[in-house]
Amino acid sequence: MSNDTTARILAFITNRFPQADITDTEDIFSLGYINSLFAMELVMFIEKEFTVTIPNDELRIDNFRTAKAMTELVDGLRSAVV
Amino acid sequence: MAVIGVVGAGVMGIGVAQNVATGGHDVVLVDTSDEVLADARTAIYRNCRLSRMMGGPTLDPDEVLARITTAVGLEALAKAELVIENVTENWEIKREVHAELDRILPADTVVVANTSAIPITRIAAVGGHPERVVGVHFMNPVPAKPVVELIPGFHTTPETLQRTRDLLTSMGKRWVDVKDASGFVSNRVLMLTINEAAYLVHEGVATAESVDDVFRGCFGHPMGPLETADLIGVDTILYSVEVLYEHYADSKYRPCPLLKQMTDAGLHGRKSGRGFYTYNS
Repeated sequence: MSNDTTARILAFITNRFPQADITDTEDIFSLGYINSLFAMELVMFIEKEFTVTIPNDELRIDNFRTAKAMTELVDGLRSAVV
Repeated sequence: MAVIGVVGAGVMGIGVAQNVATGGHDVVLVDTSDEVLADARTAIYRNCRLSRMMGGPTLDPDEVLARITTAVGLEALAKAELVIENVTENWEIKREVHAELDRILPADTVVVANTSAIPITRIAAVGGHPERVVGVHFMNPVPAKPVVELIPGFHTTPETLQRTRDLLTSMGKRWVDVKDASGFVSNRVLMLTINEAAYLVHEGVATAESVDDVFRGCFGHPMGPLETADLIGVDTILYSVEVLYEHYADSKYRPCPLLKQMTDAGLHGRKSGRGFYTYNS
């Protein structure tokens, strides 16, 4: 499932920023044209797309820097539910 | 702590209500419908949750919302010591709201007009107590922006100013004193910039992405003018440019037709999910 999760997250990012040619380990906020306001959109996207609620203590910018980090966050939340 | 009234549960009103509540006050937030107010509570909850991630303080959303009472209609503001008005940047709407506030509020209630372009003296002239009206231009998102413009009208008293400064201090805000002229400092410059950026897209000289890229890459701005337009609201930009145009009767404030078309089409920026860019709302 992880690969699919990563792909969906990357698709969401590149849909908003077509110029973003990024790997799953690249820090999206270091690209220079993605600011922290997009982090809010990422939170809402992840919660809606993967039907998870991110706990408040996980709402840290470091969890949203890379597609890999976001995938791990989603996987962790899903396994906690199962 | 005081009871503070907040009029308008749009983007600005929501931010002001949250910021006043985290400053330790009880807030009465009013708008014209229960639906708008329910959406406002949802938005405040979400913004509090994300506060730390956006570089702000860690907030307990339930605690913040517990300080905020919502109500339909301005009558609910009768007990407020100070009222902050945040309705649409449109003179007819502002005038109507301020006329009603003047009828409802006791004479010693301070009325803060949160506006980016309409002269405070003009707003104050609507009611019979111009001495209690003062302008504060908050920036969006309100809780994240530490500085505001503070604008006394012609008749604003020192006491009104002091009570407003005290509130701003409790909100963690610093203020820059600006005299009362349409657009103040920020929007005389910013709205012209955004309007001209919209003309570049309208004329096909550059895409929105390219315009913003120039500002970010060449000038080191954190956001380009058209991203900023989406954040403020494309409709608000149009209204602000129209107010400047009307006030100064100067053709340099001619609103870009693209801003008009986008406003009519409902492309209002982040708040509607689409403006110069498309958002996940």
